[in-house]
Amino acid sequence: MTRDEVRQAVVNILADIAPDEDVSSIKDDVTLREQMDLDSMDFLDIVMELRKRFNVEVPESDYQQLVSMASCIQYLQPLLKDRQLAS
Amino acid sequence: MNNKMNPEQRIVITGVGLTSPNGNNLKEFRESLLTGKSGVQKFETRFMGEVLAGVCDFDTLKYQKKKELRRGTRVGSVAIYCCREAFADAGIDLEAIDRSRVGVYLGVTEHGNVETENEVHNISKYDYDTKYWSHHHNPRTVANNPAGEVTLNMKITGPHYTIGAACAAGNMGVIQGVQMLRLGEADLALAGGVSESIRTFGIFASFKSEGALAEHEDPTKASRPFDKQRNGIVCSEGGCVYTLERLDDAEKRGAKIYGEIVGYAINSDAFDFILPEPGRQAECMRLALNQAGLKAGDINILNAHATATQLGDIQECKALRDVFGGEKAVWINNTKSFIGHTMGAAGTLELSGNLPAFEDGLVHPTLNLDELDPECHLDNIVSGAPKQLDRVDYIMNNSFGMFGINSVLIVKRYEN
Repeated sequence: MTRDEVRQAVVNILADIAPDEDVSSIKDDVTLREQMDLDSMDFLDIVMELRKRFNVEVPESDYQQLVSMASCIQYLQPLLKDRQLAS
Repeated sequence: MNNKMNPEQRIVITGVGLTSPNGNNLKEFRESLLTGKSGVQKFETRFMGEVLAGVCDFDTLKYQKKKELRRGTRVGSVAIYCCREAFADAGIDLEAIDRSRVGVYLGVTEHGNVETENEVHNISKYDYDTKYWSHHHNPRTVANNPAGEVTLNMKITGPHYTIGAACAAGNMGVIQGVQMLRLGEADLALAGGVSESIRTFGIFASFKSEGALAEHEDPTKASRPFDKQRNGIVCSEGGCVYTLERLDDAEKRGAKIYGEIVGYAINSDAFDFILPEPGRQAECMRLALNQAGLKAGDINILNAHATATQLGDIQECKALRDVFGGEKAVWINNTKSFIGHTMGAAGTLELSGNLPAFEDGLVHPTLNLDELDPECHLDNIVSGAPKQLDRVDYIMNNSFGMFGINSVLIVKRYEN
């Protein structure tokens, strides 16, 4: 997956778990919680969806890496480099 | 429980919120009951394919965001819709009341089957690896889920819980609301019953294994209480919640009053897991009559439980003949012939379908009673078409459930 594809993968997950939000305007360097109505159960959903869609495990000690889109991409890109973005 | 009672102890219905397989508010529901409109249709369920069910089509996004729907349960959604509608119908502005003084009391037949089946199905796609089991499972399956979802949605901070009472649960939600208002534990009660039971294949499969799941080539003819050709229950979803308040509060704010709850009773057969016992059912009806200070002949409309199982109908009819035999002015109907068995919602929903009779004097009929089973003989079953009465003063509703839990409610016409 390219950087853009990793970003798209995260956007797709956010669109599913926060269906009332406009995910097209997410700013990469602002925390997700500042831009969207997300709580701890939603972050567990992000972790679950990464597991289901890409077989990626995010250990609890790394949850803080999911705080913004930029940190998500930075953290996930090495983990997803051999994965395909599902069409 | 009569009008000599202190107005602070007299409890009235001031709002009705409901979703039924044949209507999403009382006006639509009543219209369907008076015009013979069924709510039973073909329905796909996991593992079993096509079954018959009563399915609701209320607008889930009327009071919930998409995320709430995704996170919550179907029955939570039913409950939120009904509670919001019950307050709207009562003219209660959530912003203007003390929400710590509102209690939410909802009857459920069962809870958690739907969500558990869904999660097992989910992990079956991952070779049953439980790390794919959702973190949403516990909040979705705790027994207070539907009432809890209501409190989150409406920001109600008073007490909330569900009352598990098989198919007697709808009446029992109302009874709980009455009791809590009388005790002064709440000033407003959202009380009734809810069900999502058609979303679990297990309910259908278990009734089928019991030989008690209705089948018919025409879905609208499948639910046939008291008919010789009846062959079981049609499972349905639905919900019905009342706004209940003390009479003095309701009069003070000039509320529309649907009726006063003047009698109720709950008892247990102590007899069998599933077979009902007519002696205790009759006793329950008499307990409610006694509490209301009434004789059997004072009841104008008796809404029977009438599930359309072979033995259940026979047993209830024995109880009804025992209590009402020879009473020529007591008219009997049922609601399951229209909508199937809405489980936890049944008691409240079925009572609601009769409440407008206080105004229009019409007893809605039972459907699909083509040939009365002689063992279900009752004098005054209203069948086929509505029956016009001069006046309706008292309505009794029966709801009975597994483990022989019986619940009876009596509502009285309200006159200023």
